[in-house]
Amino acid sequence: MAQSQGAVAVDIDDVTKLYGNFTALSAVSLAIHDNEFFTLLGPSGCGKTTLLRCIAGFEDISQGAIRLYGDNIADLPPNHRPVNTVFQQYALFPHMDVTRNVMFGLLRLGRSEAEARARAGEVLELVRLSEFANRMPAQLSGGQQQRVALARALAPNPKVLLLDEPLSALDLKLRQAVRLELQQLQHETGITFIFVTHDQEEALTMSDRIAVISDGKVQQVGSARDIYEEPDNKFVADFIGETNLIDVSVAEIAGDKALCTLPGGTRFTCPAARGAHSGQGHLSVRPERVSLADPAGALLTGTVTRLIYLGTDMHVDMRLSDGESITARVQNSSQTTIPAMGDTVGLDFEEGAARLLVD
Amino acid sequence: MAGGIGSGPGKSARTYAGFGVPLILPAWLVIGIFLVVPIGIMLVYSFLTKEFRGGVIWEFSLAAYDQFFFDRGLFGDDPPEIEWTYILIFWRSIWQAGLATLLSLLIGFPTAWFIATRPAATRTIWLFLITVPYWVNLLIRTISMKFLIRDNGPLNTWLLDAGIISDPIHVVNTWVAVQLGLFYSYLPFMVLPIYAAVERYNFALSEAAADLYASRFVTLTQVIIPVVKPGIIAGCILVFVPSLGSFLAPDLLGGAKNFMIGSLIDEQFKGAAGNWPFGAAAAMILLSMVLLVLIFYARSQAKGEAR
Repeated sequence: MAQSQGAVAVDIDDVTKLYGNFTALSAVSLAIHDNEFFTLLGPSGCGKTTLLRCIAGFEDISQGAIRLYGDNIADLPPNHRPVNTVFQQYALFPHMDVTRNVMFGLLRLGRSEAEARARAGEVLELVRLSEFANRMPAQLSGGQQQRVALARALAPNPKVLLLDEPLSALDLKLRQAVRLELQQLQHETGITFIFVTHDQEEALTMSDRIAVISDGKVQQVGSARDIYEEPDNKFVADFIGETNLIDVSVAEIAGDKALCTLPGGTRFTCPAARGAHSGQGHLSVRPERVSLADPAGALLTGTVTRLIYLGTDMHVDMRLSDGESITARVQNSSQTTIPAMGDTVGLDFEEGAARLLVD
Repeated sequence: MAGGIGSGPGKSARTYAGFGVPLILPAWLVIGIFLVVPIGIMLVYSFLTKEFRGGVIWEFSLAAYDQFFFDRGLFGDDPPEIEWTYILIFWRSIWQAGLATLLSLLIGFPTAWFIATRPAATRTIWLFLITVPYWVNLLIRTISMKFLIRDNGPLNTWLLDAGIISDPIHVVNTWVAVQLGLFYSYLPFMVLPIYAAVERYNFALSEAAADLYASRFVTLTQVIIPVVKPGIIAGCILVFVPSLGSFLAPDLLGGAKNFMIGSLIDEQFKGAAGNWPFGAAAAMILLSMVLLVLIFYARSQAKGEAR
């Protein structure tokens, strides 16, 4: 597994990318470690694909440096960069069979026909496509094409593999299976993977570390657990999973704790994200960490506005005294008393479940 | 234009065949009456005896084909020798048409590429500009070309004025003039099908090639050209076939020394010097050659699909 102290494979140093007046990437700095499964996660148009294309060499950067194991590659054309890409729509060569597709990069690197063919066979076995070696891309299913694209990019044994939403064209079931395969492949090959996706579940399940990107800026970098449990700011908390954002006024920040006043007047101490400040702020509390309680002595009180039955769980939407809404996710067990619409209920959460965010 | 040649009877054509018969009947009738019947008449005429002052006598004869390939002396009773005159005319037609095709490809491919890579709005304008000359009659365009390239025409005047040459270049009545005429006449037939193919080209393929260490040249020769090949072949056929049978450009620009098949056939049906069976036979030989080219194309297509 990737260790944070491992060597830096790709060093993205203060990279800015401008398209005319539009800033696609704004002073992005990231250190991606050797043998790491690193994910660039963000909504569409956030700049994650642009960043990947800058690493691959399809886009020039306006400012900054991209170093691959210490060498600045920012000015090299794509065919001189020892990285390979798995394209979103695979971009398989339609006039070549599977083996020829996989051999393409090897032949360009000057390997002999026989060597390239042997290596192609090896990689096709790795992605379990040996029996399709002589098929044309058009004769393959989406999942098979995706694996050919993977094999083709892995064949030259790149230092870094770039994956541009490679699963987005697959159906849900296949996508889940391929996630595990990709992760396993990364472990087996020891190649650094840089994976672009807008799907948070994909990012959370596969990655060693995730960079959450929005508006051309890196919002937070960390493990899946870090960014889910300890989001730094409102964007990250909101984008990763579901969360409740509760308006609070912060009286004081002491170290990594914040003393704040909840709507309704209760004083409450909770962890604060680095950079949070006193004044008006937002607490993030995940719905599964909110529990229903007796209104007397609860942190908050609300009126039930909607009940959504989800089988294993129940979503209870409530309105707080300040008019904001809040959701609790309650486990559907016999011990739970499910409130009725219009009931006034108390809401509790532990100190550690809430987090004051940077707005 | 290109679609007609590339597309065979697909699955959907068979599925709808039941509904298609009454709808497709007019098309079959037109093709039958105006294509198959005239070719049939030509085929029959090529095996008839010639009537002086034009026309035919209804008497079976191989004389037309014999005259095309063999020389039997002035009175027709010498031992047969190969007649090179017409074979040479055919040969000239083939290389002129071939060269015009090559030239059109070399100019047409970058042109088509340029147009297809413009933003969608400007593409329409470029395509429109390509077709503008076609609003003018081919005869007038060919004569205009003659005016452009003649000894005291604008081209020579400009070159003389610029001091690049000291004597006018004689282009009219040379094979070069024929080449220019053919190239100019049929270039759009090269550009349009290639444009259609390039427009559908997935540019991610070029990125994938570059990502896999291919230089620009390798990307062009090993990815782009093979992928847009159907458009290139369609364009080549659309230029080669009409060039082969062309008679305006060789007649008006090439003069007597640059006779091509089209002119030869044309002459056989004009006035008293004409020879209808011979013209029909020459036309049938030309048709067989065109068919050979098309069969070659169809087979290469079928091979491509089977792979």
